[in-house]
Amino acid sequence: MIEHLHGIPREFLWLFGALVVLLGLASGIAAVLARRPADERKAASRRNLVERINAWWVMVGILAVAFLMGPTVTLVLFALASFFALREFITLTPSRPGDRLSLSLAFFMVLPLQFVLIGLGRYGLFAIFIPVWAFLLLPSIAALRSDIEDFLSRSAKQQWGLMVTVYCLSHAPALLMLEIPGQAGRNALLLFYLLLVVQMSDVMQYVFGKLFGRTKIAPLVSPSKTVEGFIGGGLAATAIGGAMWWITPFTPLQSAGISAVIVLMGFLGGLTLSAVKRSLGAKDWGVMIEGHGGMLDRTDSICFAAPVFFHIVRFFYTT
Amino acid sequence: MMRPSSALLVGVVKLLVGAYARWIGTTPAPIQRIYFANHTSHIDTLAIWSSLPRSLRPHTRPIAARDYWGKGLKKYIATRGFGAVLIDRARENTQVDPLDPLRAALREGDSLIIFPEGTRGASATPAKFRSGLFRLAGEFPTVELVPVYLDNLHRSLPKGALLPVPVVCTVRFGTPLTRVDGEEKDSFCDRARAAVISLSHT
Repeated sequence: MIEHLHGIPREFLWLFGALVVLLGLASGIAAVLARRPADERKAASRRNLVERINAWWVMVGILAVAFLMGPTVTLVLFALASFFALREFITLTPSRPGDRLSLSLAFFMVLPLQFVLIGLGRYGLFAIFIPVWAFLLLPSIAALRSDIEDFLSRSAKQQWGLMVTVYCLSHAPALLMLEIPGQAGRNALLLFYLLLVVQMSDVMQYVFGKLFGRTKIAPLVSPSKTVEGFIGGGLAATAIGGAMWWITPFTPLQSAGISAVIVLMGFLGGLTLSAVKRSLGAKDWGVMIEGHGGMLDRTDSICFAAPVFFHIVRFFYTT
Repeated sequence: MMRPSSALLVGVVKLLVGAYARWIGTTPAPIQRIYFANHTSHIDTLAIWSSLPRSLRPHTRPIAARDYWGKGLKKYIATRGFGAVLIDRARENTQVDPLDPLRAALREGDSLIIFPEGTRGASATPAKFRSGLFRLAGEFPTVELVPVYLDNLHRSLPKGALLPVPVVCTVRFGTPLTRVDGEEKDSFCDRARAAVISLSHT
């Protein structure tokens, strides 16, 4: 175990320790708050707070296990997250009996292969597998079943689900296969950086929105997203991301800029998937994580931020 | 302590279809019950059983058709995995009442999971109920009759499908059916069916 720990960058242990302390503080404050008298509305929002903190504990726990146990475990965890997200997406997407085979293949063949390709380090195939191969073959299989009702709409929705929940999300663990000069063995920190900035941005936008939120950005799509929340929370998360430059190959200024891009993409991901969700007639994607809606409610920001972050790093920092 | 085979089975079911319980009209409790549900897929039995709290599972026994679950690996899963009561749908032996194994399980104090339609349907609403539930309800007047609605499972593994499609399924438990003295079979069956259907809108 100790020998294994030598391979882990010291920064990770520091960060992990800091997160545990922060979450411990948050849980402590929530416990103190819970003892105070409150009306029904306050009590409900406190319960919501406790549930959110608990879900963070779970995420940090999973993250720690993944980092301590290496890339294979990380890949398996992200593949499971993809699986649950796709399951939520397909549940809310109308399908017909003619889609059954292509849907089964999407879950049991396309999804695992996408993550295996990352494990094998096959960037070329990884980058085109779903946009080319799955895009062409899955609707063809459905077409062979000769059920033409809503065919385009069915195929388009399934491809959209695969792209967002599998292709886009898989770019987060794909950070582990990048070869950045002078950064050998430190890729896990990039993944950690991405997740931290995305999550911080979500939390900060929630907090700033609650405190100062007035002007709704897109009330029909996401009533909780406000201009004040986005700007305040986004700037705070950018500042936090900038201050984390020392765990990355970036300079402080680059780190702030890249964090701003992550924040923006995460925001757009939340907004776009909220629009998708509402067009399918649902409010939450599922019931996976207590207090957090579904898996897709938690990963919507990562789905949009991960591919962009991955390609920025790949383009500017690898040879 | 749950058997490893049961734990594995519940894990697989939860991975594939979630099987999230929603206790709408009652609460999970160690009361002797007959859970009766709509039937659209081979996973139905497992989904209801997996959605129950762990402590209730050993004494809640699903009914499974011997012609499907009675052989090989499936028999192992049914009897070792979730303690199923196997019954003859085909009535090969006309001398024996196919409800007898159910009566035996009820007399032992176990709860049952049954599908009064008798066979799997293809739609979201159940077909006409057969008389088994009515007869058991009369013979065991103290057993609670809990309606259960399963959504989405007809999309996961419908009749004739080989591979399941993972979709999220909720298992909705409704208010126990009241008993009406001297009620006719047809009116009872309609009432029981309506109780299951009403859960589909919640």
